[in-house]
Amino acid sequence: MKRFYLLLGVVAVVAIGFLYYSANQQPGGPSGSRAAAVPVTAQDSAFPGYLLGPDSAPVKVVEFVDYECPICAMFATVQFPTIRDQLIKTGKVQWRLRDYPLPPTTHRWSHLAADAVACASEQGKAWEMVDALFNTHDWALQSSNPTSVFRGLAQGVGINTTTWDACVSADRYAGRIQASLNQGDALGVGGTPTIFIDGNMLKERPTSDLLQHVVDSLIAARSKKKK
Amino acid sequence: MSGHRQTIAVLALVGIAIATYLWLHAIGVIGVLQCGTGGCETVQASSYAQLFGIPVALYGVVGYVALFGISIAGVQPALAARAWPTRWLAAFSGAGFLFTLYLTFLELFVIHALCRWCLASAVVITAIFVTALDGLLRKP
Repeated sequence: MKRFYLLLGVVAVVAIGFLYYSANQQPGGPSGSRAAAVPVTAQDSAFPGYLLGPDSAPVKVVEFVDYECPICAMFATVQFPTIRDQLIKTGKVQWRLRDYPLPPTTHRWSHLAADAVACASEQGKAWEMVDALFNTHDWALQSSNPTSVFRGLAQGVGINTTTWDACVSADRYAGRIQASLNQGDALGVGGTPTIFIDGNMLKERPTSDLLQHVVDSLIAARSKKKK
Repeated sequence: MSGHRQTIAVLALVGIAIATYLWLHAIGVIGVLQCGTGGCETVQASSYAQLFGIPVALYGVVGYVALFGISIAGVQPALAARAWPTRWLAAFSGAGFLFTLYLTFLELFVIHALCRWCLASAVVITAIFVTALDGLLRKP
């Protein structure tokens, strides 16, 4: 019986050690650069991403995103509306959305969704398309090709679907999406969403409260310096 | 005599650790929840990771704690010769086993992602169920 309790004790110690170690682990680095199958032009590399907020905003935030990623969808629908109201609309933050489509082995429609947004951006409707994709995220759980779902969403936000269809079927922005992916890899992005605040990767789980705290601290620190 | 209950107690303790890890992960205490860093993140972020608004992993923690409690009670001298702890262990672990089968089905055919910690828990609950059934056949 003593041996039994000794064994239980050992298992308990190992379990507690494992949980403690896991709690103190930092998120992993880049998932490894994927071979650039698509040629990338200088123009593709120069694309800054989809911007929201004024250029004069004191804090610049970059988010690498995958539209099929349920965690990105959760962030976009739960946290982002508050961020948009309290940080972007108030002029404190300029938000830059960058494509980071994850490998098709686990995220089958990510590239297609990135295409859908890029083609919507031709008509000045990138953010409307992003919101539509995240707010109606059931397509990510379906095994069938969601092009028709995307077309319906595009139509819903006032996009000319004839032009949009031609753009998506030609995969017109493949180079731009690849360039964004390469830039994410170079910055050490390993998963989505990954957020950079003034160039520094956010290691914690992104919440509107945390972002508000970080942004306000940065602005306060800068105004102190000026004085 | 109550060897199967001792085995179940050790396995349940391992199960508690795994389920606690998954629960802490689900509520954001451990790790950064991101897509692309592994199947667990995809599974945890899916709509199936919650049941009645509570993380599924928390049901696992409660279930394993119950199995641990019953098995520890069952190895005490006063209860070692009684049959009911083994019956309860078999019933609880049977329910856990069926629930795990359902979750693994969701991972494979609905979410299309496999979480290795969920699979580890599946192995543990299966081992507990088999051990409990063995105990039922042998009597206490």
